Amino acid sequence: MANNRIPSGPNTPGSQQTPTQQGIKIFIQRDYSEGTAVKFQTRFPPELEDRIDRQTFEFTMERLNEHFEMAETADCSTYCEGCLACLTAYFIYICTETHYEKHLRKISKFIATQNERVYNPRGIHITDPILRGLRVIEITIIDVPNCQSPTGNSTTSQLRHT
Amino acid sequence: MASRRVTRKWEVFAGRNRFWCDGRLMTAPHPGVFALTLALICGTCALHFAFDCPFLAARVSAAVPAAGAALCASTLAALLRTALSDPGIIPRAAPAEAAALGALDAADGAAGRPPPRAREVLVRGRPVKLKYCFTCKMFRPPRASHCSLCDNCVDRFDHHCPWVGNCVGKRNYRYFYAFVVSLSFLAVFVFACAVAHLALLARGAGLAAALRASPASAVVAAVCFLSVWSVLGLAGFHTYLASTDQTTNEDIKGSFSTRRGVANPNPYSRGNACANCWHVLCGPLAPSLIDRRGVLSPDARDELPPRFAQVLCSPPAPAAPAAQPAHPAPAAAPAAHSPACSPSAPRRDGALGGSYTNLFESSEPARHAYMNHSLDLDPVPLQEVCISGGGGGASGGGAVAGGGALSASRLRLLHDTTMIDAALDLDEPDAPAHPAHHAHHAHHAHHPHHATLAHIAHHAPHHAPHHAPHVHHAHHAGHPPALALAL
Repeated sequence: MANNRIPSGPNTPGSQQTPTQQGIKIFIQRDYSEGTAVKFQTRFPPELEDRIDRQTFEFTMERLNEHFEMAETADCSTYCEGCLACLTAYFIYICTETHYEKHLRKISKFIATQNERVYNPRGIHITDPILRGLRVIEITIIDVPNCQSPTGNSTTSQLRHT
Repeated sequence: MASRRVTRKWEVFAGRNRFWCDGRLMTAPHPGVFALTLALICGTCALHFAFDCPFLAARVSAAVPAAGAALCASTLAALLRTALSDPGIIPRAAPAEAAALGALDAADGAAGRPPPRAREVLVRGRPVKLKYCFTCKMFRPPRASHCSLCDNCVDRFDHHCPWVGNCVGKRNYRYFYAFVVSLSFLAVFVFACAVAHLALLARGAGLAAALRASPASAVVAAVCFLSVWSVLGLAGFHTYLASTDQTTNEDIKGSFSTRRGVANPNPYSRGNACANCWHVLCGPLAPSLIDRRGVLSPDARDELPPRFAQVLCSPPAPAAPAAQPAHPAPAAAPAAHSPACSPSAPRRDGALGGSYTNLFESSEPARHAYMNHSLDLDPVPLQEVCISGGGGGASGGGAVAGGGALSASRLRLLHDTTMIDAALDLDEPDAPAHPAHHAHHAHHAHHPHHATLAHIAHHAPHHAPHHAPHVHHAHHAGHPPALALAL
């Protein structure tokens, strides 16, 4: 992001890349410009350039950030939840799912759908950030031979460039 | 292992925390002082209910035992909740992520150099330094700090509280606050009851006779009188912190104090005290990130769709050397001679290594030891490290590398036990050449103590953490004396 200034010279790590035998991994870092609430940088990583168009990726990231923002917003109902939990000596958390956990499930579902419909057919896999401690979004790029879309749309295999 | 059907993630957790009830509950490594707190509260309450309550229920009101029971129950619930829940531990970076950070820096420096030690970001227009954590292999998020006793980075780290036997951080601060507030009410209430009991007895017969008639009340009054001041002070202090959205750690470090006449306001504050309190104490509860009850998957590729996993396993060796320069610990290079990715190998090691340890099959044994935080190291290599450290950084690095996978675990053990890790944590602007070299230089400098410290490290690894608080001063802020200072 523009206001994330990193003094260590040319290596502005909006995204980081590492080639391994696991394919290429890109890490999208957190954006702390608005505080410690979970938000990821939306800058388009250049490694994805010939695989997916910018709008699609940015749409995914923005939706993801919106989901996290909803999870972190403290509206009346979350405050009530907090108060109720406090009054019941926090025993309520044993039996109910918190507001945040509900949103995390939505996020996992969203990422799974996006992977299935958009990213996996193009040799990209986005790892659910909860599996990485909400610290990074890990994107794996793999050259999948004979890429078959799960929906049976095999034309997407032509998108593979190396 | 054979009798158990699944391995859960808490069993391979990298920090020093202890887990109970199959990972449902967790505490810091040494819950002894926590047991003392629990015994003190339970004992005082038991004396109160046994001696003061029947008398006061008969002479004053039946509401006295009821109020006492309610306060006692809420205090114990909050205490147990604080002590046994996850304070907001940030899981360590997976090898691939750490390698990515290393590779990033390798682009403009020597290959395999560790990433720069601090990075600056703007949080609501204020510059905040993110420090690199050599243990967790990541840049700590703002407000997070590494607890040297639990050996984890904790989000919104407040302090490591030995009294509750856990770190106090983002996830359990509200419980901690509830505990401190209800404990101060309880202490005042029990003290008042004991004094009222003695006063009512003394009205007829005099104080000496009253003390002789009810010595338990005197004991309760004394215990409460001694503890009530620090507890009340703590409650007041945390009310102030919550209303300004600060942590004890930040308060002690003076992160938001005015420096050289320049105001340095807290960027995390929401502007007014009520909003801060609400958000800190009743806001959305962050999820636990360590997934301690999660079932350990034998292979990192299980996260990927099956097609991806197939592709990843089919092309074998050639990729392995390419991965080496990106590796954060170049001393692990000898491990590259081990067999390359074969479909059966990761399955064999995976059960031990953890789901995200398998990204570099080549350095599996080292990583596995690291993950399991094995302190039962054989003494010889440890002394070897010391000796070679005296001989010179470069040769020392070679020697350690030659001794197999450089023992990230050994190096880390040395960091921990000799406080070099703490030294690394300082704010110096210059980046170290390499963690291994750095450690060796430090070793060289502190050579006289070295053997003894390493000795301690080897023979009594569990005692070693006690040295750390002197350096990580903020981590022990929970002690009443430190607190009084802060106040």
